[in-house]
Parts: sequence; C-alpha cells; structure tokens
Amino acid sequence: MSQERNLARALTAHRLFWPVAVLVALLVLNVVFTDGFLTVQMRQGHLYGSLIDILRFGAPLILVALGMTLVIATGGIDLSVGSVVAIAGALACLRISDLTDQGSVTGVLAAVGVALAVALVLGAWNGVLVSVIGIQPIIATLILMVAGRGLAQLITDGQIITINSAPYKLIGGGYWLTLPFGILVVTALVALTGFLTRRLALGMFIESVGGNAEASRLSGIRSSGVLIVVYTFCGLCAGIAGLMISSNVSSADGNYAGLWIELDAILAVVIGGTSLLGGRFSIAGTVLGALIIQTLTTTIYSIGVTPETTLLFKALVVTLVCLLQSPSFRRKAFRRRARPAPPPPAPADGPSDASVSDVTAGEGREETVRNR
Amino acid sequence: MAEPAPIVRMSGIGKRFPGVKALDGVDFRLLPGEVHALMGENGAGKSTLIKVLTGVYEVDEGRVELAGRPVAFSGPLAAQRAGISTVYQEVNLCGNLSVAENIYIGREPRRFGRIQWSKMRRGAKALMDRLELDVDVSAPLASCSLAVQQMVAIARAVGVEAKVLVLDEPTSSLDAGEVAQLFRVMRRLKEEGIAILFVSHFLDQVYEVSDRMTILRDGRLVGEYLTRELPQVDLVAKMIGRELAALEKLEGRPLARVAEPLIETRDLGRPGGIAPFSLTIRRGEVFGLAGLLGSGRTEIARLLFGADLAGGGSVQMGGKPVTLRSPRAAMARKIAFCSENRRAEGLVDELTVRENIVLALQASRGWSRPVPRRRQDELVAKYIAALNIRPGDPDQPVGTLSGGNQQKVLLARWLIMEPRLLILDEPTRGVDVGAKAEIQRLVAELSDGGMAVLFVSAELEEVLRLSHRVGVVRDRELVAQLDNDEALTTDALMNKIASGVPS
Repeated sequence: MSQERNLARALTAHRLFWPVAVLVALLVLNVVFTDGFLTVQMRQGHLYGSLIDILRFGAPLILVALGMTLVIATGGIDLSVGSVVAIAGALACLRISDLTDQGSVTGVLAAVGVALAVALVLGAWNGVLVSVIGIQPIIATLILMVAGRGLAQLITDGQIITINSAPYKLIGGGYWLTLPFGILVVTALVALTGFLTRRLALGMFIESVGGNAEASRLSGIRSSGVLIVVYTFCGLCAGIAGLMISSNVSSADGNYAGLWIELDAILAVVIGGTSLLGGRFSIAGTVLGALIIQTLTTTIYSIGVTPETTLLFKALVVTLVCLLQSPSFRRKAFRRRARPAPPPPAPADGPSDASVSDVTAGEGREETVRNR
Repeated sequence: MAEPAPIVRMSGIGKRFPGVKALDGVDFRLLPGEVHALMGENGAGKSTLIKVLTGVYEVDEGRVELAGRPVAFSGPLAAQRAGISTVYQEVNLCGNLSVAENIYIGREPRRFGRIQWSKMRRGAKALMDRLELDVDVSAPLASCSLAVQQMVAIARAVGVEAKVLVLDEPTSSLDAGEVAQLFRVMRRLKEEGIAILFVSHFLDQVYEVSDRMTILRDGRLVGEYLTRELPQVDLVAKMIGRELAALEKLEGRPLARVAEPLIETRDLGRPGGIAPFSLTIRRGEVFGLAGLLGSGRTEIARLLFGADLAGGGSVQMGGKPVTLRSPRAAMARKIAFCSENRRAEGLVDELTVRENIVLALQASRGWSRPVPRRRQDELVAKYIAALNIRPGDPDQPVGTLSGGNQQKVLLARWLIMEPRLLILDEPTRGVDVGAKAEIQRLVAELSDGGMAVLFVSAELEEVLRLSHRVGVVRDRELVAQLDNDEALTTDALMNKIASGVPS
C-alpha cells in the first residue's frame, strides 16, 4: 500500500507528469468523440491516421518551440519567430517561382539554402541586439517581429506567391520512409538539439547563463557567445518551420504565414515546464507542450466546438494546464480535500512503470500535494 | 546636562532564526536629539535589530518601548505611523516620478479624489527648505544626484512626523561632498529633536557625526559608549572581538621570500573603486588582505581577476606585461577567484552540485568539448570527499545546501582548475567553525604546494595565522604591506585599519 503511494507520488512529482496527463486526457476525449481516432493505416506505402496528422501539422510548432525553449532558458524571449517563418517561406517560394523548371531539385535546394541562410542571419541579428548591444530581449525581437512582416510582404510584393514544385512539396506535405517528411525533420532536429545541449556542454552553459548571468561570467563563460548561438538557432528553427508551412500549401503568404506562432510556441515552452525566468529547460517538455496545443486544435474540430467559441475553449484548457503545472496552485486547490496527513514517509526510489490511471486517482494526487 | 528620557528602549531582545540565534538579550536605547551609531561586523545582528525595531520581524523575547509605552508593530507601515521611519541603503524610490511625487507617494493631498498638485509641490518645497536643500521639486528624481535622492528619501521619511529616523548605510554610495551634505541634514534633524539611528561601515564617518554608539557582536550586546570617549582602536577591537575560535594551530611556515614573483601590479587602480596600488605576490605565498567591509578589499581582488576593468596601471606575470581584460583572460593565466558574494556572483542555484563544480573547467574547454561524465564523477567525488561537502549527493541543486557547503562547492570549482593564483574573498564568512578550520588548512596546504593565494578576510586572527604578508586596505586605498613576523600582532593590524598610522 505505502509502496504504491510512493510510486504514485514519485510519478506525480515528475516534472513531465502533468503535461503527459493532459495530453492523454485530450486523446481520450478524442477517442470518445471520433470513431477510429487511434487507428493508423497503411495506404499506398504511407501511414495515415489522426495521430499522424497531429504530428504532421504540429511539426512547425514543435520546431519553433524548440528554438524558443533555448532562448527562454537564457532568460530571454523571441517574438520574431512568426516573421522569420513568413520571410523564409516567402524567400523560398520567390526563388522557386523564378525557376524555369520548378521541379529541379538543385534549384529547390538553392532556394531552401538561401531561405535558411537568411533565417540564420535574422536570428544572429536578434542575438547581437540582445547580447552585444544589450537591448531587452522582448524589445530587441519586437523590432524584427514588426519589421519582418513588412520584409516578408516586400519579398512577396504583397501578393500570395503560388508555386508548383514537387521537390519543395516534399518538405511539408510529402512522405519519406512511410512517414510524413516533416516528422522526420522534427525528429532529427530534436535529436540534434538534445545532443548539442545534453551530450555536449551547451545546455549547461545556457542554463547557467539563464540561472545567474554574473556568476557565469565570473566562471569564464562567454555569455554573449552563448546568447548569439541560441538566438541564431531559434532563427534557424523558425526558418525551417516557415519552409514546412509554405511547402504544405505550395504558396507563400507574407501576411498570414506564421501569424501568432510565437505565442503558441511560448505557450508550448511554458506548458513543458520551462520557466520564463530562465534556467532549467526541458526539450521533452516543450515537445509535449507543442503536441498538447496541436491536439487541442484537433480536439476542437472533432468534438464540434462552434467556431465562435474556439478561442475561448482553447484559452480555458491552456489556463487549466498552466495552473496544474504550478505547484503552489496544486497545493492550494487540493489542500481542502486532503485528510489529516500521516507522517511523511521516506522519499520514493524513483518513478516506475505504474500506469497513469493509478496516479490520477484522487489519493495519489493528495499525497503529492501534501508533501510538497 | 541631564539625559532626556529615551524615545526608544529595547530590553532583552532575542530573535531566533532556524539554526541560529541572531539576537540574544540585546538592550538598546535611543535618546531624542542624538545620532546613535549601531556598530558591528557583518552578521553581528545590526540589521536584525533594526528590523525588529521597525516591525519587519516580530520579537521572540524582550520588549520594545516607544516613548515609554510598550509597542509591538505588525509591520513597517505600523512602525512608520507610530513615528519610526527607515531609509535603507538602496534608495527605494521611483526615479521616473518627480521629487514632490516621491515625497508624497501613497499620501497625496486630495480634494474630491483629485490630487492637488500645487499643494503637493508647495509642501515638498517647504520640506526641502527645512532640510536646507535647493532642489527643483518638479524635476524627475532620476535627474538628481544619488545624494539628493538619498536626501529625498529622508525627507519622505521625516515628512511623516517622524520621531525616530533609521538610516541603514546611507553613505555607502556617496562621495565625500555628498556625505558632508547628508551630515548637515542629519545635524539639522537632530536639532529638531529627532532621534537618528545610523549604521555605517565607515569609521571616520561614525566618529564625525555620531554622539553615542552601541556595539553588537555575534548577536550579543558588547556595550553602549559615548563616541568621544571611545578611541577608534578600542572600537575595532570590540567589534572584532578577541575570542580565538576553536581552530587548530597551523604549523609555523617559512616565508617565501626567495620565491620568484608570480604577479606584480604597478599603480593598478579603478576610479571610485580602489586607489592605484602596487603589489607583488610570489609563488607559494599567502598574501592576506585585511580591512573593513567596503574598504576596497574586494575591489583589489576583482581587479586581479579581471572581473572589473582597471582604470589605469599595469600587471606583469612572469616578467611579461599582461592585460586582465575579462575573467576568461585571467583564467587563461591560471588565476581563480571565489567571490565573497557566493549567491549573486558564485553559484548557479538551480544547477546541481556536480554542474557547479565543473562549470569553470567546462567553460575553459568550451561547449564543444564536454568534460567526460566519468571524469566529472571522479573530480566531483574527490572534492566532495576532500572538502567534506554535505550532503554529498552530486545531483542535488546547490541552492539547497547550507552556506558553508556552498562555499566549499565554490572552492572545489576553482581547485579543479589547478590555479597558480587563487583569490579567496571572505572564504570563511558565514561558515561554521569546523568548515572554517578545513578551509584554512586547505589554504595552507595549497600554498605549501606552490600555489599563491590572495586571502581576503575581515577576521584578523585568520589573516595573521595564514598569511606570509599582509596588506591593509582602508578607505579604498592599500595603505600598508607588512611582513607577518613576530612583531605583527592583531593590535598593530587593528591600529592600521582604524587609523592608517603605524602603531
């Protein structure tokens, strides 16, 4: 009995428990409302199904949120990602529309290369503004957020550029090895980020700068270098996301591509448990957060929320998730239900394979709350 | 002249925090129309006493009387209403508001809910005139000098019909002219019968302005004295105390006279921080820096580590000129620096003990060459054992450790760098006796092994026990460099610190 409780406590205390629980709850909701929600089929050598769609449509958001995670971990924020999304898509489509043969692989690769290079430069620009010149991140990136939209419209000449390029279509709408290509790109980038930050020392530097910038400087960390790398990486992620979004619809819209994606990305990071104050970050948490937001969008359609109330519904769920993430809220909300506490048992040995349903039972939750 | 009845009388004050007794049976009184200095080293209980008086903390033992009546304030606001106003070291006013707005913030004169701006300006002007200050009260506060801002804070405090004014280190960021201006205001208020409690680390200022002083040490009352009857040397002795902590005697160690110089500075200085100084530290030498807090000890340490940029002068290492432009540059020369302010400038609270220990080593290797996990574990295990860091779990966030253990983590971070010059700024402050002895023994061992150590401490016994040579810092100037031989005693050092003249 007490061992089960310990397990439950260890699990609910885990940083990623609440995001996982919310994601599972959303999926369960979908299963109830949609027949065959969990079915994944193989058609013409490609995987199809609602779950695959969530991953596919969520891919750009995961990418943007990935870059945003690192920026937020340094104690900053990047508002310009939406504009970078629009610029990257616009540039690539413009280059491709100028090609005599839009199916040419080298031509598309060159266009992609130019778009990503510009995204890198834009990210580095943010980094320089923040670290070298010392502008507050929210202001520094606001500059590009506003100016970047204008830049994207300049590139597209205020029109929507439509293209017809099979190789370009692959990035956001195509399949490779039975999976949507976008999912593969995201997987590769998440793995790369995990490697750079957790296997190499970049993650430690980022957390150190975000946790205590002065102590980091006195330990010999070049914080301005770290900041430039992080903002540049965020720009790159937004650039790739921009390619995916424009590729999926085979067109570039300077006005609406990536509009408000920065807010969704920040939300995903926060849901994933990374503090806006900087310091510790969690890549897995961010991926979960982005998936929650994407699943939420799917859920809204599948359970038939009317379009007028969509945003309100989304706001309610997000508020709930954020509250559940907060230990002090959980303490307040669940204290009333808690019975007189037994003497706190020894800390649990660690999470184990107890099923999630065990844990969401009221008892486990109270236990966690009481012992925080 | 008969003494007037005290306006504040605190008797038998005790205050306990988890694990420490911050105040123990302290008596304190404050007479109207006097400037009373509260003296003591860091951690002696000065700020705790002030916070008890101003209602920030509740008292655990003893009683506080205001004008003969027992009081128990529920908070600073209640204390202020009763006539006890406090001005803290950091001016906590709004720089973007005007002087008048700052003075009246929260109690603006109103009529029908509308703020009466002209009345407010007139009132502010009258208040400033009373303090003999010529200030445009409608100018934004940020456009005034720091001293004027301080004065505005005082005006705001006395504006609330104050009987008692508490000034907690008001002079720490003022220059000499501004201090004189502040003292003029203080004397003026004193003449009006206001009792002023004054805290400052600058002894000369205390002697210039105060009438009476109360000395605290380790949370206990040492005594109350008339300033004119207590020589400066006696004051320092009473502040520092004479009790020898239960520390092991360290072996008498030969002076490293013959050793070659490791680092030499010539007229190195930083305007506003430390006057130009020339200093030579040799291999295997422990160079102690003695002086009171704020005397410029830390500034010397920071200049030698490149944490601050020098305003002039030069540094030589191994006979070649070097520029210590940044901590990285200093680290490349194998210089290490443990800051006295380990929370703000040393550790990253959220990171684990292991990460904090390897941080500097990793920083010197860059992000692309991680210290292999096996090597990290070896290093961390070695230093957790060697320095007896508790709890010894390397994956615990360092913010959860006690002060002494945090200090050891910081030490470990720099020891694995194997520096040639180790700068320790107050490494034993806030550290219990056992850990203190461990740290001192370590310093001795390191210097025997050939490492040069710059040892900054306010504890004279400690400086004398460890150092081969001692530098004395006073009022932002390195005033003396003495060989630590039989002739050098704590008394002689105290004389130097107090007066700057040889005993």
